[in-house]
Amino acid sequence: MAFALSAEAEQKLNEIMARYPNKMAACIPALHLCQEANDNWVSDDVIEFVAQRLELGTAHVKGVVTFYTLFNQKRPGKHQLWVCHTLSCAMRGAEDILHHCEKRLGVHVGGTSPDGKVTLRTAECLAACGTAPVIQVDKTYYENLSIADVDRILDGLVKGA
Amino acid sequence: MIKQTTYLSHSYGKPNSWTLSAYESAGGYRGVRKALALTREGVIEEAKKAHVRGRGGAGFDCGTKWSFMPKESKKPHYLVVNADEGEPGTFKDRSIMEMNPHSLIEGCIIGCYGIGAHACYIYVRDELHLSKARLWGAIREAKAKGYLGNNPFGKDYPVELYVHSGAGAYICGEETALLNSLEGRRGEPRLKPPFPAQYGAFGCPSTVNNVETLAIMASAFDMGCDEFSKLSELHPFNDGGARLFGVSGHVNRPGIYEAAVGLTLRELIYDLGGGVLQGRSILGVIPGGSSCPVHLPDELPTLPPDPRYDAYRGKSILDIPLGVDTFRSAGSMLGTCCAMVLSDAVDPVLALHNVMRFYRHESCGQCTPCREGCGWIERILNKVVEGKATIDELDRVHEIASNITGNTICAFGDGAAQPALAFIKRYRKHFEDYIVNGGKSQTRRLTV
Repeated sequence: MAFALSAEAEQKLNEIMARYPNKMAACIPALHLCQEANDNWVSDDVIEFVAQRLELGTAHVKGVVTFYTLFNQKRPGKHQLWVCHTLSCAMRGAEDILHHCEKRLGVHVGGTSPDGKVTLRTAECLAACGTAPVIQVDKTYYENLSIADVDRILDGLVKGA
Repeated sequence: MIKQTTYLSHSYGKPNSWTLSAYESAGGYRGVRKALALTREGVIEEAKKAHVRGRGGAGFDCGTKWSFMPKESKKPHYLVVNADEGEPGTFKDRSIMEMNPHSLIEGCIIGCYGIGAHACYIYVRDELHLSKARLWGAIREAKAKGYLGNNPFGKDYPVELYVHSGAGAYICGEETALLNSLEGRRGEPRLKPPFPAQYGAFGCPSTVNNVETLAIMASAFDMGCDEFSKLSELHPFNDGGARLFGVSGHVNRPGIYEAAVGLTLRELIYDLGGGVLQGRSILGVIPGGSSCPVHLPDELPTLPPDPRYDAYRGKSILDIPLGVDTFRSAGSMLGTCCAMVLSDAVDPVLALHNVMRFYRHESCGQCTPCREGCGWIERILNKVVEGKATIDELDRVHEIASNITGNTICAFGDGAAQPALAFIKRYRKHFEDYIVNGGKSQTRRLTV
């Protein structure tokens, strides 16, 4: 099989499976684990791997993958950037931030910058409305943003190796 | 009347507030000791006295919900915590998980004991990585201290807590969708009945509680649930205690404020939230998340003849205490108690357009009226904003929304229809102006 986990990640998978009364319940956490180990996307090989390990049909796993927005069915850039554009953020300037990111990165929403470093996405409500506008970069929130703040964040991403 | 409290928020902003030592030095883990000294039935009776109405939006009484769990059953019971916070405008549960996670752990132990569960899953939306890390950290600390595991606080009642991650779907905040998601399926809501208390997680009796509901239970048990309930101005409405209020949008000091139940929107917006940006007036307020109807600031709701409402008659919606029953009776919805404020500098048409894009994106697609209806409404609003819609189409939004309401498996459909109906009812002229003027509006913006 083309996809396999490292020994360390295998250990983690076993720990995850031990938390639930059946194997199916580990489906979403297992997909997260494998996605991270696979350059942040869920390939057909990953689906096959998860299905085999959890004794599920591949159709079931694929159904789960396609339901949730945070399972990438294509390889994203090195970093993923989400701009929340739901009402509270929109009232605080999210659209300006989004357009600025599009301009700076040279992509439309959903695309990856030509250097492959950043995939730009929108997010629906990140539960940070009191500190709007907010963006998420990989696993980190940045809140109360101005365009200058966004520039600094983007500088860091683009310059980073 | 403003009665600010600090049961949950005492630690907010303080260094290492998420650690066990900080929580205990502020009086934490006392409530659970008192609860574990009672019988299981005793815990439920006590919990009912707190009149803690579910903080996730539906406002169901927590103790009553616990009492629905079977007394004896051969199957294991589960406590499931709904930490899939994602209702637009709502950001209170995240603050608890990040800054005061032990209050949730304590509430979970009480909840598990009350409903006869030995395992609890905290379903956190995937985006909240810091919340998950803080919760796992708190679980490890509590376990090391013997507060979780086989003998929590020396009691022969094993309790294990686990954090479970979602994967990006608003609908998983609906309790049965959450259960499906927890079981490793697509997060599609289930038909009820059977209700979770009979057939919940893994086919076993389960209770699904919101983060804040459980976290505040720890304080209620510490204080004595009856006394805790009486903090609230709405104690006569069986809506007790204190809760977190959020305010976002066009206010000077957006954020989370904790106060006794009974706060009004005017107090939340002006006294705590610092008033509207640039000293402007309010165009509209959405009281508790985007599924609630929007209100005009001078709206005078009709209240039921019940004498408990006499004190509030003739008052604007901004001056009626924020409570589950008071707001329901006033033709509104309390939701999560996190208000969104629109100033009069902005355009309500664009606000609804934004909200309906959200619902179209998040509809799970299971029921036709919601899947198709949300898309239709968004497409009509696209045309309105582009100046290509007709008055007939605007009326059709009303028809579509009315046909979603009550015709779906879960409450998402109603939650999507309600803002559409409320916005068009209250700002009809703004919508018509767009149509008549070919997409030109006076403001055409959402930012101040």
